[in-house]
Amino acid sequence: MGNNILLGHGSGGKLSHKLIKELFFTYFDNPILKLQTDSALLTLERSTIAFTTDSYVVDPLFFSGGNIGKLAVCGTINDIAVSGAIPQYISASFIIEEGFSLKELERIVSSMAHEAKKAGVLIVTGDTKVVNKGQCDKLFINTSGIGILDDKYKSISTGETIQAGDKIIINGSIGDHGMSIMAARNFGNFKTEIKTDCASLNHMIKEILDTKCLVKFMRDATRGGIATILCELTESKNIGIEIDESTVAVNENVCGMCELLGFDPFYIANEGKIILIASAKDADRIVDVMRQNEFGRDSAIIGEVVNNHHGKAVLKTGIGGKRIIDMLADEQLPRIC
Amino acid sequence: MQYIDEYRNKELANRLIEKISSLTSKEMFFMEVCGGHTWAIQKFGIPSLLPEKIKLLSGPGCPVCVTSKKFIDQAVAYSRLNDVIITTYGDLIRVPGSTSSLNEEKSNGADIRIVYSILEALQIAKDNPSKKIVFLGIGFETTAPGSAAGIINAAKEKVTNFFLFSSHKIMPPALAALIDEGVTINGYIAPGHVSTITGSHIYDDIPEKYGVGCVVSGFEPVDILQSIYMLVKQVYDNKFKVEIQYKRVVKPEGNVKAQKIMNEVFSFRDDWWRGFGILKNSGLGVNERYHDFDAERMIPVDVEETIEEKGCICGEILKGLKTPGQCKLFATVCTSATPVGACMVSHEGACNAYYRFNK
Repeated sequence: MGNNILLGHGSGGKLSHKLIKELFFTYFDNPILKLQTDSALLTLERSTIAFTTDSYVVDPLFFSGGNIGKLAVCGTINDIAVSGAIPQYISASFIIEEGFSLKELERIVSSMAHEAKKAGVLIVTGDTKVVNKGQCDKLFINTSGIGILDDKYKSISTGETIQAGDKIIINGSIGDHGMSIMAARNFGNFKTEIKTDCASLNHMIKEILDTKCLVKFMRDATRGGIATILCELTESKNIGIEIDESTVAVNENVCGMCELLGFDPFYIANEGKIILIASAKDADRIVDVMRQNEFGRDSAIIGEVVNNHHGKAVLKTGIGGKRIIDMLADEQLPRIC
Repeated sequence: MQYIDEYRNKELANRLIEKISSLTSKEMFFMEVCGGHTWAIQKFGIPSLLPEKIKLLSGPGCPVCVTSKKFIDQAVAYSRLNDVIITTYGDLIRVPGSTSSLNEEKSNGADIRIVYSILEALQIAKDNPSKKIVFLGIGFETTAPGSAAGIINAAKEKVTNFFLFSSHKIMPPALAALIDEGVTINGYIAPGHVSTITGSHIYDDIPEKYGVGCVVSGFEPVDILQSIYMLVKQVYDNKFKVEIQYKRVVKPEGNVKAQKIMNEVFSFRDDWWRGFGILKNSGLGVNERYHDFDAERMIPVDVEETIEEKGCICGEILKGLKTPGQCKLFATVCTSATPVGACMVSHEGACNAYYRFNK
């Protein structure tokens, strides 16, 4: 197949077919995809579906613990799963720069296949475009996905049942993904390897929902970090939130890099962390269940919904002071996902 | 995390707060001069822990905030030259100039690159020999030695396409000017990083001349609380002096080597500060010996006429005469996403810190 992507790989002609058959079909192998129809025909067992899309432009393409492909699959799976839905099918579109290494593309595609298999979803449709050198930066990926939603979970994505007294839970340390990207860029010549937290959380989320505990809200804390989610929530629901800084885990190397660069881990992207809100009576049980899962070992209650300072998230700092958590005005770090 | 956790210890903080409260009987005004302190004070929620009678004022120690609009306008003009690459610390990029900003010029195609060190900028110069690389030098005694070292390296390595556009300033003239203008202050939380370079002796005449104490402080919450305690104690004892709280870093004589490097490259000149106007011998210009690396001398450029925004009271805020909440633009027209004045741009700026953590 040669070593590099040529413009012809996106032409729709022989080279395109060769690429699709030898690479994508090999790795994404499933009967729906192999029918090669213009649209994948899917039969779903429920009428409510969760549907999401996301584009991935991360730079660099490979970083400790992941790559753009794994990110694209996990990101879409998580967007579906946090809605309370069960992810089923994913599409994958590739925009590739002429001259891109086929070997690297294969590494990326193979990790997408691995991740999809692990999460139990099928990649059923896709597209490949090749653009002239310089017209995109190596590789961009778009993934869309659908999942089926049990109607009883409909309020999880809107958070409409959140009320004062509810507890706020997270499944582990914050800031790992954003800082792993900075480390991979060799930013400031740091000799540190920080591993991304990129992971598909659909199994953990299913285990939580299976407990029949009342989950009132879930969202994955990607770009903008957990601060952004908390601000979005307080503003849109006009609720007050109080977070106890001392309960929020930050890995030591992430903390060190943030201190040096003047970043606040509350605003750094995660790719395997969810903020979950549940009633106080269920919170401990949910944390217990999350801790059983490999991606929730360090789960903790980090705060609660309160009946004052409506519209604002307040942080109780480590020394006992109080301050507001505000949304970021500008991006702290570009092209992290 | 070692060297961090110790200085964020809740029990230590509580003990200091108790000691501060026990000595506080009258209203006291302390000014944190450095923008890094402003940010830390708000980040850790320190005002919410202090007795109400202790008021913290933000001073003129955020380099972005005191930089003149004319400097931004000239940087914008450089960025519009085809053969120039602008290299700068990140904060400066969003500061509004008279009619544009570096951010806006970047989106129009200007080659503007954010660096974390002047040595990165020097590398860009070596990698792009057909371009002129202009490094925007801002900051006080903290960043000036770095800029000077960059120039000395460029000279040693015979790099001929590297230029410093200096807006570097020194701190003591501003501290004296504040008191001369009649700002009521009972003590300075003196800048830790500046003092690391200069030493604490630069403040020696302040207690003698003005009867105001100075405590050189670190940047962690326990550092800042201890410094406030030391200042409260000075007021209580009615004995004003220069003290170093940040002893693990700051020495009375400072970093002599860094001072030498600075003196080798720069000479003093009168400079314009937002809020103060021109302060005598408060700026650092590239001296004769290194004039081949001075952007102002080597790259002539037409600069538009400076237009000052109306209603912005950054100047008075920088002098501690007003607080951000007293500005009618604050959190209405001027927000962290749409800054009008420089104090809203930098995360060290009083308005930005106040907006982010208190609005």
